[in-house]
Amino acid sequence: MPKAVPGVAVAVISGASIIRAITLLFLAMASAIVNAAVLPEDRTDILYHRYDGGGVVIDGPSVLVRKEFKGTVSIWGNHYADNISGASIDLLARGSTFYREERTEHSAGFDYLNDRTVLSLSYTNSSERDYEANSYAFAVSQEFFGDMTTLTLNYAQGNDEVRQNIYEDQVIVDTIKRGEARHQRFGLGLTQVLTRKWLLSFNAETVVDDGFLNNPYRSVRYSLGDGGIGSQPEIYPTTRNSDAFALRTMYYLPYRAALRLEYRTFLDSWGIEANNYELRYVHPFGDQWIVEAKYRAYSQTQADFYSDLFPFEDAQQFLARDKEMSEFTTNTIGLGLTYELKQSWIPFLDKTTLNLYWDQITFDYKNFRENTPANSEEFGFGNEPFYSFDANIIRFFISMNY
Amino acid sequence: MLRLKTLTIIFAITVLPSCAIKPWVQSYERGILADPIMAFEQHPASTRFINHVYEAREAARGAEGSAGGGCGCN
Repeated sequence: MPKAVPGVAVAVISGASIIRAITLLFLAMASAIVNAAVLPEDRTDILYHRYDGGGVVIDGPSVLVRKEFKGTVSIWGNHYADNISGASIDLLARGSTFYREERTEHSAGFDYLNDRTVLSLSYTNSSERDYEANSYAFAVSQEFFGDMTTLTLNYAQGNDEVRQNIYEDQVIVDTIKRGEARHQRFGLGLTQVLTRKWLLSFNAETVVDDGFLNNPYRSVRYSLGDGGIGSQPEIYPTTRNSDAFALRTMYYLPYRAALRLEYRTFLDSWGIEANNYELRYVHPFGDQWIVEAKYRAYSQTQADFYSDLFPFEDAQQFLARDKEMSEFTTNTIGLGLTYELKQSWIPFLDKTTLNLYWDQITFDYKNFRENTPANSEEFGFGNEPFYSFDANIIRFFISMNY
Repeated sequence: MLRLKTLTIIFAITVLPSCAIKPWVQSYERGILADPIMAFEQHPASTRFINHVYEAREAARGAEGSAGGGCGCN
């Protein structure tokens, strides 16, 4: 039986309101009294990243280079790669044992400074064998009110081609196109200096998706009624709208240290509501070391059309068993260490830092079961234990300012 | 009605701050805010990666804020 998606109307109305508000504020900004802004600092970051969790390892490099010219233009480029290997619960449930994939992402952009206004334009291409994504982003940022307030408006559009690899004996024998998807983002940011030691920032963003939004590899399972189990491909709606609102604040403590708090709330037209909180503490030691500690908590409700086990085939119009569509929480603890090298080793560098960040995320699913063949045999279909796992994330990078 | 709202917002942003409330933190008082530890995010490539980790595994997306931070400091 088709199931309604009640969040759609709410999110569309809310999304339209944000777009209208952004338009009005853009007009207001155009006539605002302007002050001074600055371009992002010149830097090169060479980063190694690694995600290890849920049976999957993803690692690779990211290189960011940014350079300013004549005090008015800053150009940047970013090369990023993911090397993915392993077998997630989604593959294990299908009886597959190993998977390997590569994704490369190239981005380039520039920022143009004119008085108190910064205009930014960027382009990103992400490419993997079964997914191609191209996106463009535009942002305008302006400082006013004695440079105490910074207002930023941004728009981005992404156009994706979704494909599916066809496997035989775990070897790719073909890749077929499954559909296209378009993503649009409308964002607004406001940063306010509250006191000599206190900053506040507010962000709102509406995201509008349309097209083929499924993961083509995922399927749902349903009861055959005789104790057996069947499966069929997921069916997602072809539109999704979401609104997110975030508050962040930085406070300088009486000694040289900083406290950062964040709260974000999220609602989408698929019925998912989410909230996350983050507390971050930054503490320098001497003039060369900075230590950072953080805790982040995230929770979300399930999509309206999600079920771990449907009662029969074609049980409703839309069907999902993606764990990202289920109800779950994540808890993250993180530590970061920054060491500033002495200046003498390369003359033209103003500052060089070595940085190591480690995060551990614990995923606890509330209605997504770990349906490996072994678990299903031991506990029975629909009675497997709920899935949970820990992921460890490493970021190690050298950052050079010049 | 829309025009009235537009004018109200333009007035609120451009005129009111300059006549009713004056900036209370001057540029020369922002040494602390310019300290690198006061950036909302210090490292853009690193922040971009961790935001990607969250977005790929959580349904929520959007309002991540800018990776560069910024406090209005010169």
